[in-house]
Formats: sequence, structure tokens, C-alpha cells
Amino acid sequence: MAQRNRLSIILALLAILFVWQVTATLAGIAALPGPGAVASAFVQGLSRDLATHLAISSYRVVLSILLSVALAAPIGLALGQGKRLDRFIAPIIYLTYPVPKIVLLPIILIFLGIGEVSKVFIISIILFFQVLVVVRDASNGVRPELIHSVRSLGAGKVHLFRYVYLPACLPAILTSLRVSTGTAIAVLFFAESFATNSGLGYYIIVEGWGRMAYADMYAGVVAMSLLGLAIYYALDLTEKKLCAWIQAGQ
Amino acid sequence: MIEVKSITFAYAGKALLFGGFDWTIERGDAWAVIGPSGCGKTTLLYLLAGLRRPAAGAVTINGQIVRQPRPSTGLILQDYGLLPWATAMENAVLGLRIRGIASQKRNEAAQRWLARMDLAHVANQYPSQMSGGQRQRVAIARTLAIDPDVLLMDEPFSSLDALTREGLQDLIVDLGVEGTVTTVLVTHNIEEAVFLGRKILILPSPPISSAQVVDNPGAGELDYRGQPAFHEKCNQVRQWVEELRNGSAK
Repeated sequence: MAQRNRLSIILALLAILFVWQVTATLAGIAALPGPGAVASAFVQGLSRDLATHLAISSYRVVLSILLSVALAAPIGLALGQGKRLDRFIAPIIYLTYPVPKIVLLPIILIFLGIGEVSKVFIISIILFFQVLVVVRDASNGVRPELIHSVRSLGAGKVHLFRYVYLPACLPAILTSLRVSTGTAIAVLFFAESFATNSGLGYYIIVEGWGRMAYADMYAGVVAMSLLGLAIYYALDLTEKKLCAWIQAGQ
Repeated sequence: MIEVKSITFAYAGKALLFGGFDWTIERGDAWAVIGPSGCGKTTLLYLLAGLRRPAAGAVTINGQIVRQPRPSTGLILQDYGLLPWATAMENAVLGLRIRGIASQKRNEAAQRWLARMDLAHVANQYPSQMSGGQRQRVAIARTLAIDPDVLLMDEPFSSLDALTREGLQDLIVDLGVEGTVTTVLVTHNIEEAVFLGRKILILPSPPISSAQVVDNPGAGELDYRGQPAFHEKCNQVRQWVEELRNGSAK
């Protein structure tokens, strides 16, 4: 099955590269180089500064993911278990969850400056709400019989967290992260595209688009896509490792 | 010895279930509790387990008031109460792990009970990969691994097919013969109550202040099911259950 999956991915990649090459040849314009030219720019870019920009962007997005999970998972668990607390907090989430957080960026830049903190903060806050809501619902959905059964073995709150709530919420956390990875990368691009001199957003907009170095611009886009793909696969692997029981049940 | 002393209990906003109810269980007794749906059978078991607390009165085990789950009371539930994310082995060691028993010792105990339950071959499987009977045997192994002096069972075999159910009933009889464990089985199945309960508590409809007790000395023998005395006792208990139901309906 895994081999068939790998084959499908390779075939899909070849199809994309083929369509790209045909379109680039037919268009015949500098703004749409073929995949060969972009691959060459990508490799050359890595030996210059593309690798550094990729590393900085990776650092920002991974740190944001870790921060958002570290903050949202315990709060979500507390809300899921504490009906009274949830009754108080739920309306606040209800009102703030639908607000597109990206529009807060100018405000965040005013208060947190244009450095690392504001970029990590805006990505974290977007992921935070996604994780918070799913963890709260997953924690709330744990069957009371399961809790009774584990409590009857002498489990206290710490044991319940370790053996029941955390593993029960883990698939939901990973799914929410997978779903929001695309958004996180998009926000990262937006936040890096102005008032900064590092990151893939800067590389694409300033060093590629701004200088009309289109092959470099596409190389930056490829690097950003690879970053998204790597995070997606890392989450997939984490799920396979930590949630083996889901696969076993299928 | 377990003593239920004049307990009063009602769920918040619901009608009274127990009002001044008394019950005494001698050490090593095998009780079956039977009664109409919603009469409070499971609640009574949860009160014994320390998962619920009476509004008035007390439950004591060996003279100690039960305010929370006791380390040496085992509870087996209808839906097995197994952690879906843990293998049979991980589930079987859970109670011992919670008690902080050293890894080697707890693994040995769990392996012994899994082997005793004929589950050694599924030790590394998740509950979703096992049959209902295997899951319930894992739940029994997990409970017996903690070496309980009181074993509480809430309709443990009701979701199993007839043959598996009888096999597990025989297993419980076997365990009763071997040890000095006090067992309380809640069931809606009259045959099961008569086969496993040397004493049968027939609960009326709530509010319950007293209940009918039936002596059933034939229980606890593997060949009891085939004896005329078994069928006579079943008829007798059925008649009492119906009388109680009709009595409360009037």
C-alpha cells in the first residue's frame, strides 16, 4: 500500500512537471521559466542564501507550531473537562474564533515590532485557536465509562491526563495542525514579505519578484512548498508513531 | 466486609434512587444484583466503587468509609473500559503502572494474567483488533492483575454472544472458587444472576429503601446450569422480579 502511495505521488509530480514545462514552452515568457531553470536556480540558491532563508522560515513556523500546541492543548483539555470554565470561556472563543487573525497583523506589528516575535505570534495565534477548539471537543468527547474504568484503577488527575485525555486528543491535535499547516505557511509568507530581510517570503518578494529574477522567485516558491510538505509529512509520521492504534483499527 | 449504611442518593435534578438503603456483604460472598432498567443497579455499583458518593449514609469496606476508588477494588464494565490506544499488554499493566509497581514486576503479573485468560497471542494487539470476548478478558486480566479483594462487575457480558458469555461466566466461577475475592455482579439477565450469585439482590423500582435477598447456594458450581435446581431458581427469581415490578406499578 505504501509502495502504491509512493508511486502515485511520483506520478502526480511528473504530471505537474509535464504540464508546467508545456505551459512554460507555449508561453515563452521570462515570468514563467520551465522546471529545469527553476531547479537550477533552486540548487544555486541553496549554495548562496536560499538555505539560510529556508532555515529561518522553518524555525519560525516550527516554533509557532510548538508554541501553539503547548498553549492550546492544556487549555483545551481544561475547557473540555471543566464544564463551568467552558461555559464562561466558550462565548469568548465563539466571538474571536471566526475573526481572520491576519487582519490583526498591523496591530501586532505596532505592539510587538517587526522582529521575530510578531511573526511567530501571528502564526501561533492562528494555530492556537484551531488546536484549542479541537482539543476541547475531543477532551469533552471522552466517554465517561472510560474515565470511570481508569479511575477505578486508582488513577488521579495526572494519570487521567497521561493515560486518557492526552492520547484521546492527540489525533485531533495532529489533524488540526495538518489542516492549518497551509494557513500557517501562507501567513508566514505574508508576514515575511515586508519590513524584513530574512525568510522565504522576503526571498520570493524582494530577491525574486523585486529584482525580476523569476527563476529565483520560483525557487523560493518551491522551497516554501517543500517546507509545507515536510511539515505535513512530519505530522503524518508523528501520527503513525504515536497513534498506531488508529491504523491498527482500519 | 462491605456495609451499605442507610444511603440516600439522587442525581442532580433527578428523582431519588436510594432513600435509607441498607445492605451487608460478607467477605468472599458472590452477589448478583438484578432489577428493572433504571432502578439504580449501576449507581449502586458505582457507590461501592467510590465513583459516586451518597448524599447521606455511607458505604464502608472493612470498616473504612469509601470516599474515592479503593486501590484494591476492581471494576469491570459492560463496554470493557479498555484504552483504545493501548495494546492488550499495556491495558493489562495499567492498574499496576498507576500504583507505581516496578516495570519488570508489573509486566510479569500482566503476562501471567493474559496467559491465564488465554490472551498471550494478542498481547500486542489493540482492542479494535480483538473480539468482544477477548476485550472483556483483557479487562478482567487488567482488574485481576491489581489483586483485588472486591470485584465489581457492571453487566460485563451483556454485549457478548451466548457461547462467549457462558465461557466468561465459567471463568468468573473458576476465579471465585480459587480465591477469597468478594464479587458483586450487576446484570439484567436472570440466568446469569442465578449462575453467578450465591446471593441475589432483587432491587425494586426507586426510590429504594429495601430489597429482596434470595439465597442461591447452588451457584459457584460449573455444572449448576444443567441441574433442575438452577431452572427452579431462575423461575423463582423471575417470579419475584415480576412481583416487584407489578407491585411498584400498582
